[in-house]
Amino acid sequence: MINAMGISKTIGHKTILHNIHLHIKPGQFVTVFGPNGAGKSTLLKILSLVTKPSKGDLVIDGKNANNFADEIRKKIGVISHNTFLNENLTAKENLLFYGKMYGVTDLKDRIFDVLHQVGLELSMNEPVRTFSRGMQQRLAIARSILHDPAILFLDEPYTGLDPHAIQILNNVLAQLNADERTIFLITHNFEEGVNLSDRILFIVNGKIRYDGEKTAMSKDDLKNLYLMKVKDTA
Amino acid sequence: MNFFSGISAIIWKDLKAEFRTKQLLSSMLIFAVLTLIIFVFAFDPTKDVVRQVFPGMIWVCIVFAGVLGVNRSFVSEKQNDCLTGILLAPINRTAIYYGKTGGNLIYMAIVEVIALPLFAVLFNYNIPAASIFPLILVVFLGTLGFIAVGTFLAALTSNARSSEILLPIILFPVMVPVILSAVQATGAILSGAQTADWVSWLKILTAFDVIFLTVPVLLFEYVLEV
Repeated sequence: MINAMGISKTIGHKTILHNIHLHIKPGQFVTVFGPNGAGKSTLLKILSLVTKPSKGDLVIDGKNANNFADEIRKKIGVISHNTFLNENLTAKENLLFYGKMYGVTDLKDRIFDVLHQVGLELSMNEPVRTFSRGMQQRLAIARSILHDPAILFLDEPYTGLDPHAIQILNNVLAQLNADERTIFLITHNFEEGVNLSDRILFIVNGKIRYDGEKTAMSKDDLKNLYLMKVKDTA
Repeated sequence: MNFFSGISAIIWKDLKAEFRTKQLLSSMLIFAVLTLIIFVFAFDPTKDVVRQVFPGMIWVCIVFAGVLGVNRSFVSEKQNDCLTGILLAPINRTAIYYGKTGGNLIYMAIVEVIALPLFAVLFNYNIPAASIFPLILVVFLGTLGFIAVGTFLAALTSNARSSEILLPIILFPVMVPVILSAVQATGAILSGAQTADWVSWLKILTAFDVIFLTVPVLLFEYVLEV
């Protein structure tokens, strides 16, 4: 599904990512852990086609990202700690905008469906600026699944969420995972990340330091290994 | 995703958000009217010399009010990282530029529709009926050129720390051909000169507009990467 071949990213004189090789199978749930500044978010931006790599090739769903960017983007949804929502528009207007951008058919029905999924159908006509952080993040979840993406990228989605919003996010992720969607999660929340995923990656200083199945070792061993990898490269 | 649907979606979103808050339009209008009032107090509208600088005053008002608008077009997308949300969408990057340009053009049109007649009234300037269409054409082409360059450079400077200061500094030197042509053409039209006297300025304006509406097709994707 996702095939990154020798991806590097250099900004100015600083190399953020070094020669990343990554193959993610369809339906796989991959969680990435790494300290701040490790290059996790840059990798997510490259994989979600927001920015281009300085070196290397990216093939998603059999299509090269350089030649078929717009076709690939239709299949991608992103949830970040930033919501990408315009606070002066209502929840419905935000989804109408993104729905038009993605060319979603039966948009009004689809908007009601996704708002119902995140429990915001009663607040659909209220401006986003009146929403709490949890409500905004729930709306961001609705935005990211509005076009029914086959791949979902999540960049620290748990930041600032209340337990209710975490529950909704986990339900949506479980549902998407059950539907064989590919999920790529970046988080500092070790518990949630390990529980949800099939495969774990550690990225430290722009390099993949560990790549293995969740079942390869216990949660405690994984955590100790992660701390050791971070300490080794410090 | 259709290229034009992307453009219309961005214009729709920008106008919807702006008409709800009216933050940008009210600042642009207040600025334009204040500039106009200062000119009325500073220059005696009855003197002939004022008629000679009248086209310059119009364009100072348009350009300075316009800078407020173009400056906000990409900076406003920084809130909640909305620009990344737009960049994720399956639309050509150039559609984002044209969508933003379209929105800015509509804001400027609203400001001009209010400010320009006010200029004529407060300076007691009788614009001949035959000059109205050429004047609208010059104002349109001049504004289009200004917005085309302004929107492009606003995207370039939006990630800079002091984008509000940086944009006018790099925008005004590039704008010299537009301002010069627009002021000269406006002056010639208002003085009732022959078409041949101002049509060459109109050609320069048109050429500038075509160039700066085409350049982003080639460069806008790289500008967003900066």
